[in-house]
Amino acid sequence: MIKLTVNGESHSLDVDPDMPLLWALRDVLGLTGTKYGCGIARCGACYVHMDGHTLPSCVTPVSAAEGKAITTIEGVDSDTAQAVRTAWAELNVVQCGYCQSGQIMSAIDLLNGNADPDDAAINKAMQGNLCRCNTYARIRQAIRQAAASLRAQGGEA
Amino acid sequence: MNAPFKLTRRQFLIRSLSTGAGLTLALYLPGCGREPEADTGTAGPGQAGARIAPEVEFEPNAFVRILPDDRVEVVIKHLEMGQGTFTGLATLVAEELDADWSQIVPVPAPADPERYNNLLWGKLQGTGGSTAIANAYTQMRQAGATARHMLVQAAAAEWGVPAAQIQVSKGVLSHADSGRKARFGELAAAAAEQPVPEEVLLKEPEEFTLIGTFLPRLDNAAKLDGSAVYTQDIQLPDMRVAVVAHPPRFGAKVRGFDASAAKQVRGVIEVIEIPTGVAVLADNTWSAIKGREALEVEWDESAAFRMSSEEILADYRDRAKGPAAVARSEGDTAGALERASTRLTAAMHMPYLAHAAMEPLNCVMQLTEDGCEIWNGEQFQTVDQQNVARVLGLEPGQVKINMLYAGGSFGRRANPHSDYLVETAHIVKSAQGNAPVKLVWTREDDMLGGYYRPFYYHELEAGLDGEGMPVAWRHRIVGQSIMTGTVMEGGMVKDGVDATSVEGAANLPYAIPNLEVDLVTTELPVTVQWWRSVGSTHTAFAVETFIDRLARAAGRDPVDYRRGLLRGHPRHLGVLELAAEKAGWGRPLPEGRARGVAVHESFNSYVAEVAEVSIGDNGRINVERVVIAVDCGVAVNPDIIRAQMEGGMAYGLSAALMSEITLEDGQVVQSNFDGYEVLGIDRMPEVEVHIVPSTEPPTGVGEPATPVIAPAVANALSVLTGEDFDRLPLRLAV
Ligand code: FES
Ligand code: FES
Repeated sequence: MIKLTVNGESHSLDVDPDMPLLWALRDVLGLTGTKYGCGIARCGACYVHMDGHTLPSCVTPVSAAEGKAITTIEGVDSDTAQAVRTAWAELNVVQCGYCQSGQIMSAIDLLNGNADPDDAAINKAMQGNLCRCNTYARIRQAIRQAAASLRAQGGEA
Repeated sequence: MNAPFKLTRRQFLIRSLSTGAGLTLALYLPGCGREPEADTGTAGPGQAGARIAPEVEFEPNAFVRILPDDRVEVVIKHLEMGQGTFTGLATLVAEELDADWSQIVPVPAPADPERYNNLLWGKLQGTGGSTAIANAYTQMRQAGATARHMLVQAAAAEWGVPAAQIQVSKGVLSHADSGRKARFGELAAAAAEQPVPEEVLLKEPEEFTLIGTFLPRLDNAAKLDGSAVYTQDIQLPDMRVAVVAHPPRFGAKVRGFDASAAKQVRGVIEVIEIPTGVAVLADNTWSAIKGREALEVEWDESAAFRMSSEEILADYRDRAKGPAAVARSEGDTAGALERASTRLTAAMHMPYLAHAAMEPLNCVMQLTEDGCEIWNGEQFQTVDQQNVARVLGLEPGQVKINMLYAGGSFGRRANPHSDYLVETAHIVKSAQGNAPVKLVWTREDDMLGGYYRPFYYHELEAGLDGEGMPVAWRHRIVGQSIMTGTVMEGGMVKDGVDATSVEGAANLPYAIPNLEVDLVTTELPVTVQWWRSVGSTHTAFAVETFIDRLARAAGRDPVDYRRGLLRGHPRHLGVLELAAEKAGWGRPLPEGRARGVAVHESFNSYVAEVAEVSIGDNGRINVERVVIAVDCGVAVNPDIIRAQMEGGMAYGLSAALMSEITLEDGQVVQSNFDGYEVLGIDRMPEVEVHIVPSTEPPTGVGEPATPVIAPAVANALSVLTGEDFDRLPLRLAV
């Protein structure tokens, strides 16, 4: 049995310990917001947070996630997450949307560690997340907008 | 699983609503045979049956339903694959209905070529060719206007006031003198009793309140919290996930296989041979993948294709010397070339390209008592129904399709042979029992699986007069036909010329008196298909880089040179001038940067792009900034137009800079994003989009930005390096 904590809930999974976390989340736990795009850590569609940082779930064996806090797109719900979603919606970033769970997880991780990322920092943090609809220009803009709104919130507090 | 939509209490026999544009509002004919129902009660595809549909109060036609709680459901007949069709088609209904944007709920249409056909394709339902807004512009507006008319009549009757005095705005009807007001939901039941109008008046463009404005996309919310449902996300009780071992080369077949090790893999249920390979069925995706790894297949490669990309190119060069089918011929091209003061020639080639949508291909299918049911991001309903029905021995109408979101497509999900659906049908047919099957193509299956943009070879020759202006133009194209062997062949292939092979070349807009464009069609086992912007993916590069070479040879500015040749093409000229102006054409740039321009029409939309390019220390081509001008008629959703220009351009930029599918000994070399490189955020240029104001009927925007970027970048590189560029992806001389 593999014990997993996902979005704050504990689960016991009777699966092959080598099963990638991606398939455990999707096929076993039914959390399908995390997507499959490449299976080789080259696209970012499957990114989740493990102890707060992005990680490609497609190459992470489910056994390596034991004892860690896993957060998926369904569960991510911080002020940063809210600011990111708001900016994404205001700028109509999404197109097909298939890459966007991963984009959002990376953007949240970036903003948690950098309150005012410049384009170089954005490019570096986001370059693992491919988007075949090429929403990149809006992603850059949305991250700057989310950062500005978080800084403004911080200023008010 | 799928709760059927409840029939409304009142249904209408709508007589044919013929209107000025000659379009017919889709009819809803109760009691006339099979009536597939749109999924309802949800804010997007993929949740069919998630809850019982509320009873519809008022359903005046196949596209609009008004619910008692005031929601307005708009039935969307096209696939939402990112291009924004949910938002776009709903905008048209909401505009004429005078609804409030917040009450609009898009609902995917069922497969039904009678009601939901693409009006530009006859009785065929499907999405492609940048036609969604173009074909449905009047149809959807009429649907909204019809509903509005009936609501107004109902209010007039209830309130005892003249209909002409009733105002409608943001989902509320009101009568100023009496002070009466009602929301749509309140009047829906009464509206349903009103006769359906024979004709409705549509708004004039100056009356629009939603068209032309910024609207939030209707699929934003579901795509930001992971709840949007794609084919990959479908889980049905007892479902098997199927992963297929496909042949390593085109033309290879299964000779035999040993499934014993595969069957040892935990979760694997069965292993079956199908025409396209050997399918491993398991109770989860990972087990199916592992099962396939453990499977031993012996392939019969006696008829396998074994050429390399280099050999194909060499072969095409030879064939270019042979006979060709004429696509367009004007004047005396040979004679004019003889007499020209200067002659220029070029030979170019472009590789096979994979669509590589973010969601690899997949399909869910189940046999049911009365046929079969499909869950899919469905781009080609009518063709897929026919092809699947043929495999399963059904009538097309017995193939029920649940429409889901697609994680991109770029053409791939509309396959004329329904390849991935047919594969699923064979699995479903051969598997034991009636369990639903989800076919999952891994990224490798998707990239190795063919149906590429064809490899092309082009030869061009031009003659200039003493002033440097072209007097003769000869253009020969060599490559595979996309349409031959498909249901579209009859309409698209004439006298040996597949229109999609020469589009963008045969309709050259430049005024050149002697002109010949011809085509050598090749046949190879490598399967090919339309790829975002189809023929223009290669012809725009050939034409727009060659015209720049002519301008350079003439010592002329490339914008000015084109200007002189585009008389009689005001819309080309309009976007060219706008892009040049916004890009600061002619103004100095920092050292090491140069601009390049290209202009091209596809799908009746006109796009010009100016690219600012530099070359990095590492020899990398940096596209710093791109200015795009587009003329697509009435701009229904300007923000979505901008998004399609940004994304479409960048999709073409991947192909310009890095992507290619190559063959070695018949095997595809690139199998995933490590080999098939695509644009990442770090190489995304700054983009600016300018829309030409227009009252022309709207045309598509999903594709036309894609083909224009490669020539614009190549032309800038030529300024920087003094070299000509004759291949894609672009490579600097070392
Ligand atoms: S699916 Fe994990 S990075 Fe692509
Ligand atoms: S939005 Fe389609 S892949 Fe990113």
